[in-house]
Amino acid sequence: MLVAPTARGLYCAAGDFYIDPWRPVERAVITHAHSDHARVGSSAYLAARSGLAVLQTRLGPDARIEGLEYGESRDLNGVKISLHPAGHVLGSAQVRIEHGGEVWVVSGDYKLDPDPTCAPFEPVRCDTFITESTFGLPIYRWCTPDEIFAGVNAWWRANAAAGRASVVFAYAFGKAQRILASVDDSIGPIVVHGAVEALNRGYRESGVRLPAARMVGELGTKESFGGALVVAPPSAQSSPWMKRFGDYSDAFASGWMAIRGARRRRAVDQGFVLSDHADWPSLNRAIEATGARRVIVTHGHTTPLVQWLNEHGVEAHSMKTEFEGEAGAEEAGA
Amino acid sequence: MKRFAALFEAIDSSTSTKAKTAALARYFANAKPRDAAWAAWFLTGNRPRQAVPARRMAAWAAEAAKLPLWLFEECYDAVGDLAETITLILPPPTAQGDDSLSVWVEERLIALRELGEIDQRERLESYWAELEGTQRFVFNKLITGNFRVGVSALLVVRAIAQVSGIDAKVISHRLTGEWWPSDAAWANLVGAASIETDRSNPYPFFLAQPLEGGAEALGGRDEWLAEWKWDGIRAQMIRRGEVAALWSRGDEPIGAQFPEVMADASKLPDCVLDGEILAWKDAPPGSGTRGGVVMPFAALQKRLGRKNPGKKVMGDSPVIFLAFDLLEFAGQDWREKPLAERRAKLRDVVLSIPGGSRFQVSSELRAPTWETLALARSQSREQGTEGLMLKRLDSAYGVGRPRGAWWKWKIEPYTLDAVLIYAQKGHGKRASLYTDYTFGIWKDGELVPFAKAYSGLTDEEIRGVDAFIRKNTLERFGPVRTVKPELVFELGFEGIQRSARHKSGIAVRFPRMLRMRKDKAIGEANTLEDAIALARLGVR
Repeated sequence: MLVAPTARGLYCAAGDFYIDPWRPVERAVITHAHSDHARVGSSAYLAARSGLAVLQTRLGPDARIEGLEYGESRDLNGVKISLHPAGHVLGSAQVRIEHGGEVWVVSGDYKLDPDPTCAPFEPVRCDTFITESTFGLPIYRWCTPDEIFAGVNAWWRANAAAGRASVVFAYAFGKAQRILASVDDSIGPIVVHGAVEALNRGYRESGVRLPAARMVGELGTKESFGGALVVAPPSAQSSPWMKRFGDYSDAFASGWMAIRGARRRRAVDQGFVLSDHADWPSLNRAIEATGARRVIVTHGHTTPLVQWLNEHGVEAHSMKTEFEGEAGAEEAGA
Repeated sequence: MKRFAALFEAIDSSTSTKAKTAALARYFANAKPRDAAWAAWFLTGNRPRQAVPARRMAAWAAEAAKLPLWLFEECYDAVGDLAETITLILPPPTAQGDDSLSVWVEERLIALRELGEIDQRERLESYWAELEGTQRFVFNKLITGNFRVGVSALLVVRAIAQVSGIDAKVISHRLTGEWWPSDAAWANLVGAASIETDRSNPYPFFLAQPLEGGAEALGGRDEWLAEWKWDGIRAQMIRRGEVAALWSRGDEPIGAQFPEVMADASKLPDCVLDGEILAWKDAPPGSGTRGGVVMPFAALQKRLGRKNPGKKVMGDSPVIFLAFDLLEFAGQDWREKPLAERRAKLRDVVLSIPGGSRFQVSSELRAPTWETLALARSQSREQGTEGLMLKRLDSAYGVGRPRGAWWKWKIEPYTLDAVLIYAQKGHGKRASLYTDYTFGIWKDGELVPFAKAYSGLTDEEIRGVDAFIRKNTLERFGPVRTVKPELVFELGFEGIQRSARHKSGIAVRFPRMLRMRKDKAIGEANTLEDAIALARLGVR
């Protein structure tokens, strides 16, 4: 086993480094800056260069982070590693590990659908592929981003015509920027929550184009939000912060919105099925594209995906990690 | 079908009653009468019989989606709803139909039931290929016979009233009881002078609000009628000419389950009575107690869902109809008259039945002040009741659950601290979350399962418990997870009794979670002896 689970996280003994460790370690390779993957306290970090600005704000100014271009390789104690776009969020990477003629790829979180805020997923050939499975069931099949955002635009437009604000709840890092970059900003003004603005800065510094957006706090209390699109983190829902919007329609953007029960629990007017994770067809396509002889499935619906792969002639196992599974991902706005 | 699915979506996605009513009114105003009739029928909780067995539908859908059955089951487990699971796994539609709801129901859905398996399958697959997303979901729901929407019958009534200009109470009455959708049915429903074809129809039940805090805030004691709150089956007895019918609050005809009550209905004059069906033991002769005593709910339970019960069951669990209101007399609607007048008439009617009957009138508590009444309430358990009902003496018999005229003043529930030991996912809104819990109490150093509870936690608490369960699963048996015993909950319930049918030897009624006891370790949870001691307190 080139990579194995330990109490501190996925560990590559040959290279003496951890991937997304959940406890502090000497050397951590980070797939992306979401909090269940990028935790504070390690002595040295290695991550994709395009995500450095965001990662630094997450880990604090004192964290020692080294950036690696996608595809650029690095030798760690005789093990060759390189990072490749995972298409999940800005700076997200798959980790390719080569040692003794064997190649492993750790996917981190990923999606295959196009996203204007990050580099597209790149299939990497390998012997063993460690894949996530957040949405590893055939009930999860996403529409194309064009179709989804046509729905978002139509909802915003209808609300704007009625003089209402449109509040969409989305995870502040990744989902929020993807929405900002994808909506039709000619419909009306765009306003963001402070938590979203903090991440927007990192995105803009990294060269991602986002439409002009004002922070809610910058607007006077008397100003009308009618017709505006408001992007806020899920924690803002039903908080006093919402009062300022007066009459508004709200929506939640997440892959979990595919399920009616989850939609109803959220108690919003609209659920947009918008995910930064691979759906069932994408998981299968991605796995096939690696040509891997062996697949190791982590966080999510591991058991069914493992059995499905085994039945289709792919050797598969599951591996327990502390990355947040179903419920955690629901909170993270997967 | 497209428009009905759009209506479903509008209702399902909105949390505002105003928006839901508006969507309903829009639909009813624009739909053809036949479609409107079907929509009203479904939305007020009527269900067609299941057209295709669920197991078959699941198997066919799995094959159509090219999935093995075990994977279908995994999907079902995550979604928690069969119709939705099928909707999600099937490939996108290949054709586009434009038939309306009534065509879909009358020509396809109902016809399905009569077909053989091979034809059923072929038709079903072609229907699935013709319906997208929500339409497919709604159709599947109708086939499986468990179509439910997040809308109360009251809103449907309000929307139809809005569209037709007919008073909501009239609409509500016309919608109650059994009817079959058709052009004529819709015309009757929204027509100015409707011919009440079905004379067995009950009135919508008037419901009480729970009274929080004391009764003093209600004003003068003399403005209120106080009676026991019985734990039976709320029912209406209809007697109109040759017609006699007994209806439950779920608008279900239940006469066949209680033949002895129906037999005595012929002794009544033309009237409609509101009351409670109770298992009732006559007092032994010479015991000095008049009228007999109520038996525990478990006795009544043996009578439920059992049509044409045998002599033994009827002998073991005899029932009475304890009347507490009169809604109609000699063809006149009495609901607008004050309660005091209705009660006087009720006593006249029931007490003048010659030679006794299964009908009795609920007794009124005389306690002249709120203090003495509160004292009487503290005796509820000994009386086999759940507390008191307070009704304004000048109140009309309303529709639904308006505030202020009727209050239920229940006693505090029994409580026990128990440990979460098993969990299962919920359904509907709570599918995919672990929300159905089994709780254990101590017996000889082991936790024995003693109650299941689903309600009482906030959404946030549920998410916390769900996360705990996922991290602390010891074993999985199908959908059930054995959970590391760690969380203690205070459970509340209305009744507790010895029961041979339950593993713990104890059966509780209406168990629910009152709160999480984070301050308690599992060793501090209650024991089976504690539960048995509680059971001794209640009536036997």
